[in-house]
Amino acid sequence: MNAAVNTVNTAPLVVAHDLAKTFDVSAPWLNRVLERKPRTLLHAVDGVSFEIERGRTLALVGESGCGKSTVARLLVGLYEPTRGGMRFDGQDAQAAYRSSAGRQLRRRIQMIFQDPYASLNPRWLVEDIIAEPLREHGILSGKEAIRERVGELLRSVGLSALDMAKYPHQFSGGQRQRISIARALATAPEFLVCDEPTSALDVSVQAQVLNIMKDLQRERGLTYLFISHNLAVVRHVSDQVGVMYLGRLVELADKAELFARPRHPYTRMLLDAIPQMHAVGRARTPVQGEVPNPLNPPTGCAFHPRCPHANARCSAERPVLTSSGGVRVACHAVQEGRI
Amino acid sequence: MNKTLARWYDSDVGYSFRTSPVAMVAAVIAFVCIFCSVFAGWVAPHNPFDLASLDLMDARLPPAWMEGGSAKYLLGTDDQGRDILSALIYGARISLVVGVVSVLLSVFVGVLLGLMAGFWGGWLDAFLMRLCDVMLSFPAILVALLIAGVGRALFPDAHESLAFGVLIFAIALTGWVQYARTVRGSTLVERGKEYVQAARVMGVPPLRIMLRHVLPNVLGPVLVLATIQVATAIITEATLSFLGVGVPPTSPSLGTLINNGNAVLFSGEWWVLVFPGAMLVLLALSVNLLGDWLRDALNPRLR
Amino acid sequence: MSLLQVRNLIVEFPTRRGTLRALDDISFDIAPGEILGVVGESGAGKSLTGAAIIGLLEPPGRVAGGEIVLEGRRIDTLGYEQMRHIRGRRIGAIFQDPLTSLNPLYTVGRQLVETIRTHLPVGEAEARRRAVSLLQDTGIPAAEQRIDHYPHQFSGGMRQRVVIALALAAEPKLIVADEPTTALDVSIQAQIIQLLKRLCRERGAAVMLITHDMGVIAETCDRVAVMYAGRIAEIGPVREVIHQPAHPYTAGLMASIPDMDSDRERLNQIDGAMPRLNAIPQGCAYNPRCPRVFERCRQARPELLAAGATRAACWLHDTQVRP
Repeated sequence: MNAAVNTVNTAPLVVAHDLAKTFDVSAPWLNRVLERKPRTLLHAVDGVSFEIERGRTLALVGESGCGKSTVARLLVGLYEPTRGGMRFDGQDAQAAYRSSAGRQLRRRIQMIFQDPYASLNPRWLVEDIIAEPLREHGILSGKEAIRERVGELLRSVGLSALDMAKYPHQFSGGQRQRISIARALATAPEFLVCDEPTSALDVSVQAQVLNIMKDLQRERGLTYLFISHNLAVVRHVSDQVGVMYLGRLVELADKAELFARPRHPYTRMLLDAIPQMHAVGRARTPVQGEVPNPLNPPTGCAFHPRCPHANARCSAERPVLTSSGGVRVACHAVQEGRI
Repeated sequence: MNKTLARWYDSDVGYSFRTSPVAMVAAVIAFVCIFCSVFAGWVAPHNPFDLASLDLMDARLPPAWMEGGSAKYLLGTDDQGRDILSALIYGARISLVVGVVSVLLSVFVGVLLGLMAGFWGGWLDAFLMRLCDVMLSFPAILVALLIAGVGRALFPDAHESLAFGVLIFAIALTGWVQYARTVRGSTLVERGKEYVQAARVMGVPPLRIMLRHVLPNVLGPVLVLATIQVATAIITEATLSFLGVGVPPTSPSLGTLINNGNAVLFSGEWWVLVFPGAMLVLLALSVNLLGDWLRDALNPRLR
Repeated sequence: MSLLQVRNLIVEFPTRRGTLRALDDISFDIAPGEILGVVGESGAGKSLTGAAIIGLLEPPGRVAGGEIVLEGRRIDTLGYEQMRHIRGRRIGAIFQDPLTSLNPLYTVGRQLVETIRTHLPVGEAEARRRAVSLLQDTGIPAAEQRIDHYPHQFSGGMRQRVVIALALAAEPKLIVADEPTTALDVSIQAQIIQLLKRLCRERGAAVMLITHDMGVIAETCDRVAVMYAGRIAEIGPVREVIHQPAHPYTAGLMASIPDMDSDRERLNQIDGAMPRLNAIPQGCAYNPRCPRVFERCRQARPELLAAGATRAACWLHDTQVRP
């Protein structure tokens, strides 16, 4: 019995297994019949698996269309997965979301969004915005108690308690993002899914928000899933990094390992493509080609049209995420030892 | 209350109002009309519906400034001795009541249906939008005529208030579509916004999201449309009453008065037609101008 | 001789709450063939500077003072028609969103040919030939066929290449590029930056590159101007500004950018926020947030003073005044 208790505490908090989401983006029925078009399916996420341990941060990076935002929404229950699911603290999350147990689960998982201007209801006072989860989950009742808690939450993100009497448009982008964080913390969650929370912010404001997020993680033992396209930011905040391409995970490794020794050709290309501030006037030859249309992904390995190491097997057979030396890579060339 | 008024006065909308002479004049006129209508009993010099107070000897008198007119009847009398000015004021009240109530009804129905269509989508959305298309393909007056005619046929001896109800319903039926479509469009936009997603992640039930989050954000254009539509509703009611299928004859609205005036126009009693007509124009125009100003004042911020 | 000279430029927005000064006494030069980066955070005024130069300030914004001189000729006082001839022929523009920069109703070829024929005295066939060669130059495969495609048939990166081709079509001497890579994926960004650099060097066109991304500036530009609250805080060669910033704001900015090489626990943050246009502090606009502020900073606004290899608007570099 004791052994079981011990393992529960060190088990990963979030376990995603073979997550997949397919969207039906077909033309309307009438058009399909008249023009004899087939159904068009978008495989936004196609079999993604990872674990996040308590108190740590997993970052998911990738370019547009790679499905990282969809993964975020699958975890918080905004979408239902077509396949696979997530286990949260040992519990089947998707089953919970569908049932009344979802309410309990939603207290423990919260989300922060990218656009600070659209993530707060422009007609609501900041107090009501932050108090909404408190009221919704019945955590506190009574105006005074709620007001005090809202003030506490505002202070914890570096704003003043007096700010609760204002409207969102009276705040700057960075401040709004902090209000979003305060709202997400209202239910004292354990897991925060952050969808590009600083991409829309200026650099100096981004620094403030990232520092606050790190402080909060340390103080409260929060677990983060951090979605971003900015590898430099990811390097700063994450413990583990997962690289996605066209709905699939191509590499998953500890941060230090990924940045020091990227295995997958796409990861290498990404790292190489980042404009470097300290490499003034660096001349480099960027990889040609663009992210293919997700509606029509390449056969086999999705990256093979752009990969300098692709061979016949790459265009036929889809690589599986295999572990080697603590790093998980989905690449035939890496597996075969060619690179 | 004072704080809200002060905040409004200082806002961009308030500023636009203060600097627009058209808006201010239109607002004053509209306010005067509304005031007179509401307090018709005190404002009007006579009560034209009180048969006992009518004096046939005073029938067909011209307006006070003309020869043969009397100061007692400022704008003259009709062929039954009713004071035109008083009939105007009471008639305006009826026109306003019918106009405002029918707009409120069509706003309620339109916004509700638009919200539902935008929020739930799917077959409900498709069905409601096709319904809108069908409704729009009928001319408004014909629909109103049809409803009013059917109403009369079904309830030939109906009480007066039922006739009013049918009329208001008929006018409302012609107006709800534009609210539904506007609100549906706005709802679709707001639904994709992240504050709605945040509420869903929080576990707020969909109905509450629709009413407490989305609704306040989609009402902006509705306000503008409603103001302009009051004018349209007043004119529609006047047209129906003119045609004889509007308000019952015992409570004449401006339309009825215009109809009566039309009948006696060529016998020289022009005042029976002209003054109710002028009142109708004034009322509809001032409300219309207010609506126009409101739309422009709110427009850049509707983005 | 400088290609572009901006002297004491002031741009104002009259509002009912008073006149807002969005650009306050900006001066800089661009030499022929040089790439100048203009960097700053939102609200600093960098896009406005570009808009003022191209003559596309949104009313009620207007140039309220100073002058803009292109190839020896003043352009800020020109009327609409004259400015229209300058735009395209002497100044090309590249904006952030490739989707809205191209007219969706016309083929790419038609837009290119139209631009070429508006500014250069060539016939239809010659213009088309030039358009095809431009598209090939910008790396669009099968240019002969794709010239007759519509913008929606191109991907984001390809569209931005078309926009670059369009900007270069009439052979301007100056290109104003406002955040040309911000809306693109990282891997495409690299390609587009390379392309811009190469094409401009080949054609001898100068570039004014407006962006908030210091990495892009570092890789592309010769000189950089750092803007803050409508003023230039520092201007100088890129290497010096990044590695030895002379203005405390530039230093703070460089330090708060998470970079790939170091692994810091906390990012350096600058407390507070850029002041709103109606609340710019007296003296140096940065003084409330500056870690090295002293009395003079609150009293008078510093001019751009020589500071090593760069110039910075900071009293610390005035030997007579600094503490």
